[in-house]
Amino acid sequence: MNQSARREDIPGWLTHIVVPGFNLLLAFVLSGILIAVIGENPFRALSLLIKGAFIYGDSLGFTLYYTTNFMFTGLAVSIAFHCGLFNIGGEGQAYVSGLGVALVGLYLGHLPVLIVIPLGIMAAALFGGIWGVIPGYLQAKRGSHVVITTIMFNFIAAALMTYLLVEVLIKPGQQSPESREFAPNIWLPYAHDVMNWFGINMLSTPLNLSFIFAIIVSVLTWGLIWHTRWGYEMRTVGQNPTAAVYAGISTSRNIILAMFLSGAVAGGVGINEIMGIHHRLLLDFTSGFGFVGIAVALMGRNHPFGIFLAALLFGVLFQGGTELSFDMPKVNRDMVVVIQGLVILFSGAMESVFRPHIIRLFVRTRTAIAAPAE
Amino acid sequence: MKQLFVAAVAALGLTLAAQASAQDFSPAIVFDMGGKFDKSFNEAAFNGAERFTSETGIAYREFEITSSAQREQALRNMARRGATVVVAMGFAQATAVEKVAKEFPDVKFTIIDAVVDLPNVQSVVFKEHEGSFLVGMAAAMASKTGKVGFVGGMDIPLIRNFAAGYVEGAKFVNPDITVYQNMTGTTPAAWNNPGKGNELARSQFDRGADVVYAAAGGTGIGVYQAAKDSGKLAIGVDSNQNYLHPGTMLTSMIKRVDVAVFNAFATAKDGTWKGGTQVLGLAEDGVGYSIDEHNRSLITADMEKRLEAARADIISGKITVTGYSN
Repeated sequence: MNQSARREDIPGWLTHIVVPGFNLLLAFVLSGILIAVIGENPFRALSLLIKGAFIYGDSLGFTLYYTTNFMFTGLAVSIAFHCGLFNIGGEGQAYVSGLGVALVGLYLGHLPVLIVIPLGIMAAALFGGIWGVIPGYLQAKRGSHVVITTIMFNFIAAALMTYLLVEVLIKPGQQSPESREFAPNIWLPYAHDVMNWFGINMLSTPLNLSFIFAIIVSVLTWGLIWHTRWGYEMRTVGQNPTAAVYAGISTSRNIILAMFLSGAVAGGVGINEIMGIHHRLLLDFTSGFGFVGIAVALMGRNHPFGIFLAALLFGVLFQGGTELSFDMPKVNRDMVVVIQGLVILFSGAMESVFRPHIIRLFVRTRTAIAAPAE
Repeated sequence: MKQLFVAAVAALGLTLAAQASAQDFSPAIVFDMGGKFDKSFNEAAFNGAERFTSETGIAYREFEITSSAQREQALRNMARRGATVVVAMGFAQATAVEKVAKEFPDVKFTIIDAVVDLPNVQSVVFKEHEGSFLVGMAAAMASKTGKVGFVGGMDIPLIRNFAAGYVEGAKFVNPDITVYQNMTGTTPAAWNNPGKGNELARSQFDRGADVVYAAAGGTGIGVYQAAKDSGKLAIGVDSNQNYLHPGTMLTSMIKRVDVAVFNAFATAKDGTWKGGTQVLGLAEDGVGYSIDEHNRSLITADMEKRLEAARADIISGKITVTGYSN
């Protein structure tokens, strides 16, 4: 590519706003064509999507509820990524974290709120962290590739949880493999309950306190990665393990640490779903959020703020897509997945395809504008 | 069957009369994660709903959920948008139905495969173990090796109930019979993994089984293919799947989910819909085995006689099928 312009000449807004925006636009244009092909009006679809994500009574709550999950899983992927690890196991880590919450909820649920809620959060982080740290340990000490082991751990998590729910934790006398409901002490307050305390009427949605918690975790992650020695060590290991060793940084220690933190943050899904919404342990409550987290982290460039935006985008796509398939029967859930896939494809995988062209166009335009003035 | 059939016919007659007043009648159905084209449970429901539409001309709203939080959302959305009756497919929706039905006491809810005890909820459950008992008998009678197999989908109590009834039926015919049992997996992907179903069936054939029963949704397709390729016999589930491979499909354990869905819509429309629990077993023709032109040659007259006798005995209570209980 014609990189005549030096890197610092390219303003940040171009690479951080225009390029992703252009990619997103392309994804939507292509989705629009697809929707037109199956015989629906793409503009009506878009308006339904937006209304379904923000405007209808309870839609914003649902959007932010999805966003909460994606923030946790996106942050989890990004923490491991900064240490040079590709954690595909967010799904399994989130799933097992639900077990941690459930054990606290089922056996310690009678404790006072101020004890049991922190306990539940810690249990989620601990269980998710353990599920991340085992592959981390195997990578650091035994050289088993973390991509392979984390994928395998997703299946082990599924098998473990199904076994426990079918044989051990199931509420007796029912078909559905679900535990009994926890005592209300461990329920996180819903957003609509909080709003009602202040006299604001809000329709009931799954949005709960976990959203605030996700924002706190985002800030903490940002601080950890860029403003602590730990974060610096982790990034060094991620960018150049040889240099890290030369500088006296233990790679294995950082790999294990990063995988623990990654799993612990993925455990936020367990907090949101099990403590916040279902108040009982059930099968497959993670519903693929762990995998979407990979795309969220990629799109968000592994930066907490970028991850927030990407998580919000996916929240909009999930919630808006749901409303879309309610109102447009032809746009079924598979079509919604196609639209999500296009967004991931253009914004994540093909992110740098158009970037050089846009930058070149920008540089040329600038020179063209600047030239007559000289 | 008779009761259901009478209800269906009655509903049909009434629908024609009630066409004009039916403008504001709006049925809805929420499929579970398997999706409406799973060739099995959800698809049977879809067929029932489609039949309602083709017979009455009334369109229905539908939704296929993709995550657990959507169950409640979908049911609530249907109720809010003015659905008269909402059918919820699958035991996993029980909690969501319980919650939403309380919020919308004027909307009728019908849940299939689970029991929710509320005045505006109709619960329809099936005695899968009774139907499985009969196909287990058929398997044992058709087996020459004294070994038969079972391939389940996801390892949950519901599927264990199929397996338990099947084993009881097989042992009823031949107390010394060996029954191999495999579950496909522990994730919902187990409902749609024909490749693994194929392998599991083959391994059971290799160990000497010559009849395999699949209760595994879309995974069953692989099981039936394996039976066809090895010249062995397979038993279908939920829908009548005999037509898939005529000659190697011994029979199918039919679960009339389609009738249940159709009836929920039709009775809600003519005003005879009632809350409460319906348990559909052999006596109600909610479950059964299928004989049609595709498997006529595989079921001998003697087999059919014994199956019919056992059927009558189960209905009369002379034989009790325990099934799986936790």
